[in-house]
Amino acid sequence: MQSFFETGPGIFVIVLAQCLAVVAFVMISLLFLVYGDRKIWAAVQMRRGPNVVGAFGLLQSVADALKYVLKEIVVPAGADRAVFLIAPWVSFVLALSAWAVIPFSEGWVLANLNIGILFIFAVSSLEVYGVIMGGWASNSKYAFLGSLRSAAQMISYEVSIGFIIIGVLISAGSLNLGEIVLTQDGPYGFFSWYWLPHLPMVVLFFVSALAETNRPPFDLPEAESELVAGYQVEYSSTPFLLFMAGEYIAIFLMCALLSILFFGGWLSPIPGLPDGALWMVGKMAFFFFLFSMVKAIVPRYRYDQLMRLGWKVFLPMSIGWVALVGLFAQYSLFGGFFVRWTVGG
Amino acid sequence: MGIVDFAFYLFAALAILSGLGVVFARNPVHAVLWLILAFLASAGLFVLQGAEFVAMLLVIVYVGAVAVLFLFVVMMLDVDFATFRAGMARSIPAGILIAAVLLMILALEFGDWRTSESASTRLLATTPDLSTTGNIEALGRLIYTEYVLLFQTAGLILLVAMIGAIVLTHRKRKGVKRQDILSQLYRDPGKAVELRDIRPGRRDPG
Repeated sequence: MQSFFETGPGIFVIVLAQCLAVVAFVMISLLFLVYGDRKIWAAVQMRRGPNVVGAFGLLQSVADALKYVLKEIVVPAGADRAVFLIAPWVSFVLALSAWAVIPFSEGWVLANLNIGILFIFAVSSLEVYGVIMGGWASNSKYAFLGSLRSAAQMISYEVSIGFIIIGVLISAGSLNLGEIVLTQDGPYGFFSWYWLPHLPMVVLFFVSALAETNRPPFDLPEAESELVAGYQVEYSSTPFLLFMAGEYIAIFLMCALLSILFFGGWLSPIPGLPDGALWMVGKMAFFFFLFSMVKAIVPRYRYDQLMRLGWKVFLPMSIGWVALVGLFAQYSLFGGFFVRWTVGG
Repeated sequence: MGIVDFAFYLFAALAILSGLGVVFARNPVHAVLWLILAFLASAGLFVLQGAEFVAMLLVIVYVGAVAVLFLFVVMMLDVDFATFRAGMARSIPAGILIAAVLLMILALEFGDWRTSESASTRLLATTPDLSTTGNIEALGRLIYTEYVLLFQTAGLILLVAMIGAIVLTHRKRKGVKRQDILSQLYRDPGKAVELRDIRPGRRDPG
């Protein structure tokens, strides 16, 4: 048996199983994220939320998914059929493929790329195509306007996310996500992580992540009151399900990035306790809770203010921070607080 | 055929196919989408060559930013492709000439392409050993440490070009309403709303 798993087909089987494990984790958590999102939202508004299907309504998402799959796929007249049907796949597959480089624990990663963070950045810069293609192919004014808004918004906030990530990279000295986590391992547990030295950037990253994933209060691409539902207006059935799943997976990915870059990934916050994947999952769930609280509490932004915030506030601040961290790192100010590797070594 | 060869032929065939798609697509938006596929296929080829940093840059810069701009323009302009095609017969000779020149340059690489023997000794900085240092580290050392002056000069030229383009195309118009976010934020609700007691049948005292 040992020898089979060292041959070509055996390695293929192992990699396939690992991929399936990650996909299964993401899809199952997706079901409960949607449920949790609705429950938290309902609790804030003093409603009950989904409570009929299964105990406490836990199976509501399963029922919804089944309903979506069983419905008829309607392609509007005058739509570009091929692009219309490819767009949801683009958004879903890209969101899922970024999980290939996310480490859940030490060594628990599908592809241990040395440019992991760049890979995620590249994939998330591609995600805008699902939205643009969907909006254009629908042959509808609302969908088109929604997709234009969304594209402009995603591109704007990607720039500042890139600079925020560069600040962390200067501290970590590596582009490998696993190594970024390992450099945060320190004697002070919770206080060794990058959230403390990069505190302003944690806030900026959180807000940019909201805008990048079209989450409220920045959900202008699908603002009901103006655009009905933006680029998703004409979608029904499975294509719509794919769009929605892609959106939630992208949000969950942002939660994972937030925990890896600033909150120590799988490291335990208290020095004595063992590290492990459970910490990682717990942190991701906590950040998702924050995301849904924001959705429940904060009113929607105006579009011109959103653009101003991205280009005139976040971009200069993140560039300035990169320069500042570069200075701190080069001269090892604050006793190596900002740089966890030896410069030039 | 190993997996690497298979991947090479897959990406190469995909690049050529999508290149043909760009040229022969009837709809301009489809042409841009084919172009994106061509970019992605060539990014795959870069990864196979071990240049993963260049591959990711290609995806981030060209696909993530430049092609989005193309797509925007093509979607908004509503270009009539039929009129474009009518004028194509005139520009075909020039196109063939350019293609021939490019092909000759590429062919030179396989033919009589020699570098001077002293070229490798005259480098200001040597490439770090790629078997021990990664792609990005090697590039970073060369660009940001050894050739920092050239790099910054190039950046400065680009900055000047950008400012020049903005100055040339930007014009100030009068009578345009602008949003002043600060004054909007500092608005005092107590001063913005005025309550007046208007009795019916009387003229407004103010």
